[in-house]
Amino acid sequence: MSGRHGIPKSRWLPAYVGLYLLFLYFPILLLPIFSFNNASTTTFPLAGFTTKWYASLWGNSAMLEAARNSLIVGISVALLSTILGICAARALTRYRFRGKKPATGLIMAPLFLPEIIVAVSLLMVLLQLGLELSLVTVILGQVIFCLPYAMSVLISGFDGFDRSLEEASLDLGETAIGTFRRVTLPVVAPAIVSSLLVSFTVSLDEFILAFFLSGTEPTLPVYIWGQLRFAAKLPGVLALGSLMLLISILLLTLSEIIRRRAEHRLRAQGAQHA
Amino acid sequence: MPDKPMIAIEGVNKFYGIYKALDNVSLDIAAGEFFSLLGPSGCGKTTLLRSIAGFDTPTEGDIRIDGQSVIGVPPNRRPTNMVFQNYAIFPHLNVEENVAYGLKRLKLDAAEERRRVAAALEQVRLGHLGKRRAHELSGGQRQRVALARALVMRPKVLLLDEPLSALDKKLREEMQVELRTLQRAVGITFILVTHDQYEALALSDRIAVMFGGQIAQVATPKEIYQRPNTRQVADFLGGMNFMKARVTNETATRISVETPRFGGVTVDKPLGFVARNGAATIGIRPERLRVLWDDAHSDFEVAGKVVDRHYFGEITHLIVDIPGLEQPLSVSETNNFGADDIPVGDTVRLAYDPDALVAVAD
Repeated sequence: MSGRHGIPKSRWLPAYVGLYLLFLYFPILLLPIFSFNNASTTTFPLAGFTTKWYASLWGNSAMLEAARNSLIVGISVALLSTILGICAARALTRYRFRGKKPATGLIMAPLFLPEIIVAVSLLMVLLQLGLELSLVTVILGQVIFCLPYAMSVLISGFDGFDRSLEEASLDLGETAIGTFRRVTLPVVAPAIVSSLLVSFTVSLDEFILAFFLSGTEPTLPVYIWGQLRFAAKLPGVLALGSLMLLISILLLTLSEIIRRRAEHRLRAQGAQHA
Repeated sequence: MPDKPMIAIEGVNKFYGIYKALDNVSLDIAAGEFFSLLGPSGCGKTTLLRSIAGFDTPTEGDIRIDGQSVIGVPPNRRPTNMVFQNYAIFPHLNVEENVAYGLKRLKLDAAEERRRVAAALEQVRLGHLGKRRAHELSGGQRQRVALARALVMRPKVLLLDEPLSALDKKLREEMQVELRTLQRAVGITFILVTHDQYEALALSDRIAVMFGGQIAQVATPKEIYQRPNTRQVADFLGGMNFMKARVTNETATRISVETPRFGGVTVDKPLGFVARNGAATIGIRPERLRVLWDDAHSDFEVAGKVVDRHYFGEITHLIVDIPGLEQPLSVSETNNFGADDIPVGDTVRLAYDPDALVAVAD
């Protein structure tokens, strides 16, 4: 590559990078390490290897209940954010209209709003309306925050979608419905799957809104928060935390792989007339 | 023109709000014809093509394909197929699946479908690439997939929207030859939209030149190049020297003029010609002027001083200032005899054929 030079070499650079990454990941690495430690305290030296903390999770009905709640919320939020995101992303990538930029900005803004303030305001509104706090209120709250994530994934997926593909399909004798099924859906499917995975993951890990709005039905993060008061339960929390970490990383990686492959395909398609 | 054209466009208007994209367009295109819509961007040529395909609906007027009015008929029920400017190859399907896309609707038996796909790919010389995906193809190959995908449907009319504009020059010239050969082989009516006058001249049986939503002239390539109706058409198809001439006589079809340096000539009267203050615009193409060497002479010659010279490899453009003409003449001379060595400042004599002079409407 011309014009792009390598970083000047320095003996300190590897050390700097090492520290950088340590800062980012060391605390998180401790979690799985202690979750396999045969002791109920999180101190070194390690006492030995065990999987009993993981095994104990299976018998824990409160935890399983929270996991079920998280699953319900996660799936609902993923579906809702993605459906709303599809509508908005299609409008934004296909049409020109007045107020397009402000509308985009306002949809993406919750990404940068202080979550706790939004949570408090939502709580106030719900109490004013006299609504029971439940998983439904958590779902509604989380959709606000998942929508920007869904949107950014979907917009990048739809941007590469060339309208002439649909026209070509109609031109070749296919009906509007057939075109949607045979062209539109398969071409944008990776973006949609990617959006579902990302929103699900964001919802799974979300704490503040769930804490404020979940009432008597905790999601996993809220359950974990409740367990932290009891020192004896810490190892179980670590095991649960490690599992959630693993699931999140897997889902996000999967979503990124799908998104990139689709983008590559569409970019190659668009490259000819760029 | 046979009695029953393949495409009949009658009084078509298209408004986008107050913007008139098509302005009273009427046109007949014969079966088996290679017809081009030529014009600058925004002249309405693509809108007209998309109206034939069914993607745009005329505000007024009628379009008939093979005798049937297609107004209100959706694109998927029209006997036309289109090659899109960016080819619109389905990215999630391979080459064969792309070509078979439209056939699936016809519910052919599997063997027949395979046979037709293979034949179509063979026709565009892509038989060996059937399993490739769109992103693994070059621009020229995509172009061929788009052609095969449309031709396999056996349309009555094939519509081509600037199909070669995304290709580089050399490939474009190759594809032009191939497109013309293909059209002769399949015998289908082709309608090509292009802004490239050389492409239109090289490929078409007839050309319609469009400006501002209107058709300025419809004619064969030779006629449209040599006998442009208007100054705008003349300019769009290539360089032309213009001069004002005094009208001495005018009949229904001919006008006689007295030119400043080219003497008196009688020429065909172009459509829509109106003499302004008794004057007409007369033009001559740069390559219809020839440098006279040494003591060669012609019955029809003008002389002037070379004021500039542009070298283009096989030809040289000389800019020659002729006393009495408002503008210097542009002369296109092949480099066979050393036109590229004529020094600026020299006086040259130029021969012309009076038949090469044409009157154009302003």
